[in-house]
Amino acid sequence: MAAQIFSAIFVIIVGVGGCVAYFWGANKLLDVIFPSRGVSGTAAVDNLRRQGLVRPWLFVGPAMIILTIYLIYPVVETLRLSFLDRGGVNFVGLANYEWAFGDREFRNSILNNIVWLAVVPAACTFLGLIIAVLTDKIWWGTIAKSLIFLPLAISFVGASVIWKFIYEYRGEGQTQIGLLNAIIQYFGGQPQVWISLPFWNNFFLMVILIWIQTGFAMVILSSALRGIPEETLEAAVIDGANPFQIFWKIMVPQIWGTIAVVWTTITILVLKVFDIVLTMTNGQWNSQVLANLMFDWMFRGGGDFGRGATIAIIIMIAVIPIMVWNIRQANKETGGH
Amino acid sequence: MTAKTGKSFAGRFGVHIAVLVFVAIWTVPTLGILVSSLRDKDQIIASGWWNSFASSSQTEAGRLPAAAAQTQKDGKYVIEGNIFGEGAKRDISAFGVKSAAPTQYPAGTAADLGEGVTLQLNADGGFVLSSPKAFEGERGQRVYYASSAPPKFTTDNYQTVLFSEGIGRSFMNSLTVTIPSTVIPILIAAFAAYALAWMRFPGRALLIAVIIGLLVVPLQMSLIPLLKLYNGVGSFFGVPSKTYLGIWLAHTGFGLPFAIYLLRSYIAGLPREIMESARIDGASDFEIFVKIVLPLSFPVLASFAIFQFLWVWNDLLVAMVFLGTEGDQIVLTAKLNALLGSRGGDWEILTTSAFVTIIVPLIVFFSLQRYFVRGLLAGSVKGG
Repeated sequence: MAAQIFSAIFVIIVGVGGCVAYFWGANKLLDVIFPSRGVSGTAAVDNLRRQGLVRPWLFVGPAMIILTIYLIYPVVETLRLSFLDRGGVNFVGLANYEWAFGDREFRNSILNNIVWLAVVPAACTFLGLIIAVLTDKIWWGTIAKSLIFLPLAISFVGASVIWKFIYEYRGEGQTQIGLLNAIIQYFGGQPQVWISLPFWNNFFLMVILIWIQTGFAMVILSSALRGIPEETLEAAVIDGANPFQIFWKIMVPQIWGTIAVVWTTITILVLKVFDIVLTMTNGQWNSQVLANLMFDWMFRGGGDFGRGATIAIIIMIAVIPIMVWNIRQANKETGGH
Repeated sequence: MTAKTGKSFAGRFGVHIAVLVFVAIWTVPTLGILVSSLRDKDQIIASGWWNSFASSSQTEAGRLPAAAAQTQKDGKYVIEGNIFGEGAKRDISAFGVKSAAPTQYPAGTAADLGEGVTLQLNADGGFVLSSPKAFEGERGQRVYYASSAPPKFTTDNYQTVLFSEGIGRSFMNSLTVTIPSTVIPILIAAFAAYALAWMRFPGRALLIAVIIGLLVVPLQMSLIPLLKLYNGVGSFFGVPSKTYLGIWLAHTGFGLPFAIYLLRSYIAGLPREIMESARIDGASDFEIFVKIVLPLSFPVLASFAIFQFLWVWNDLLVAMVFLGTEGDQIVLTAKLNALLGSRGGDWEILTTSAFVTIIVPLIVFFSLQRYFVRGLLAGSVKGG
C-alpha cells in the first residue's frame, strides 16, 4: 500500500516535472539556437522570425504526439482491422460486416440502440427543460437543481447498483425490498423481475441514464433560459399569452441552439453506453447494445479483433454526422480566430 | 422571472409540488443505498429500507429443547428456557405451533396443545412447556413466532467491505489511477491551448478542427488498436502490458481533446490588450504564458481538473481494458462490477460498496460545484 502511494506521488512529480522541464527546456534551447539578443540587427530579426516559426510547434507538440497515438492512429487502425480476421492478420474483405448484419445479437443491439437513441436524449432534454423552467420560479430552486444535478457525479456502475436495488425482486408473498415492486405490491399489483422482461427491460435500463443525464440538460438549458431577453417575455405577457404559449412559442424557439447541443451531446453518450448494460444485464434478455457487444467481442473466446473493430466502426459512423456539425458550428463561431 | 406565469396561488403551489416530486425521484434512489448500507444485514432482507426506522417484524421458526431438558415441578414435567438462547433478544408478539397458523396465540398466553400439554411463550422469548406425562423423543416441539426487532444501525458493513472484500484496496487503486490522470493532461493541454489561441502558425485552423472532431470520437475506436499496441510493447520489453503507466497515458490521451477545447476557448477570450502590452514590454510567449495566461486561467483549469477527476474515477471501460478485471490493480468501479457478479444478492455488501465508490465524487461535486457547472457550460460538447 505504502509503495503504491509512493509510486503514485513519484509519477505525479516525474510527470509534472517532466512536462515543465520539456516546455522550459525546449523554449530555452530555441533561444540559444536562434539568439535574438547580442547579435546584429538583421540577424536578430531573422532569428526572431525563425523562433516564431518553431515555437508554436514546441507548444502543441506533446499534445499532438499523444493525440496521434491515442486517437488518430487507432481510428485508422480500427478501420483496417475491421477488414481483417479475428487475429488481425488475414484480409477478409467485407466478411465482418456481412457477419454483423446477419447476426441475431448484432441486429438486436442495433434495434435496442435505436430505441435508446429515440428515448434517452428526448427524455433528458424534455425533463431538463421542464425542471429548469419550474425551478426558476421558486425560492429554493437552486437547492432543488443541486439535488437533481447530483447523479451526474455518480458512476454508471454506482448508478446501476442503486437502480438494481430499486428493481430488486422477491418471490410473491415475500416482503419486497425493492422500492418499485414494493410500490406495485402496495397498490395490489404483481411484482415483476423488471430487468428480464423482454423489450421493456430496455426502458428500465434507460431510466438509469435519464436519471443521470437530466441534471446535465437542466443546467445547460437553465443558463440558456436566463439568457432570454426579458422584453420578449414581457411583450408576450402584455399580449395576453398564457404560460404554455409563452413556454412553447417564446422561450423554446429562442433556445433551439442550446437544445440541439444538449440533444447531440446526450446522443453521443447513448451511442457509447456500456457500463449500465454490462452491470445490469450484460446483454441478456435481449438488452444488448453495440458498445457492450463490442467489448464482449474484444475478449470473447480469446478475442475477435476483426468483429470488435467492425462494431466500433459502426458506432463511429453514427457519430460522424454530429462530428461534422460540431466542426461547422465551431468554425462559424470562431470565424477564423 | 418570478411570477411570470403561475400568478395564482394554486399555480404557484403546483410548481412547488412538481419540483418536490422531481427532487424526490432524483434523490430517493441514492438515499436508499445510503440507508441500507448502514442497516443490519439481516434487517436489509427482512424489510424495505424505507421501513428501516420502524421495528422490522418477521415470522420465524424455532425448536424447543428435546425431552432430555425436562424437569419435574409440582407433579408436572416442564421444559423451560428462552427461545433466543444467548442471542439477541427481540420482541415476540404472537406464536403458534403449526406452520399454517404461526401467530395463533398472543405472546404471554398459555396455549393448549392437547392432552393437557400447554405452552406459554412470553414477549421476551422465555417459554414454559408443561405436560402431565413425561416428554419423550429426540426432537423438541416446533414453535413459530412473529418477532419484531428494533431498528439497528451499524457501520459493520463498511468494515466488512473496506477490509475483507477488498474495497479498501480498490479505493487506493482508484486514487492511484485518478490523480496522475488528472494532473498530467492539464499542463500539456494548457500549452497547446495557448498556442492554438494566441500564436500564429500554418495549419492552426486545421488543428482546431481536428481537435473538435476528436472530441466526439467514441472511445471504442481506440480500444483494440491500443490493446494490441500495449501487448506488443509489453512483450517487446518483457514488461506486463497492464500497468498504471499505461492507463495514465490512456486517460491523458482521451482527456486531451476536451482539455484543449475547453482551455482554448477560455484563453482565446482573455483580453488582447494584456498580451500585447506584455509583448511590447519584451516578454516572450513563454513568459506571457507562465506569468499571465496560467494565473488568469485558474478557473478553467479547475473546471477541467474536476471534470477529468470525475470522469477517470467513474470510468469502467478504460480501466477494464487496460488494467484488467481482477487482480491487485483493480479499481473501484471494476471491483463493484465484479461484486455484482459474485455477491449478487448480498445487498449489505453491494449498497455499502456502491456508497464507498460514489462518496468521493459526491464530495468533489458538492464542494466544487461552481467550477463544475462553469466547465459544463463552456464545453458541453464532450460526450463523456
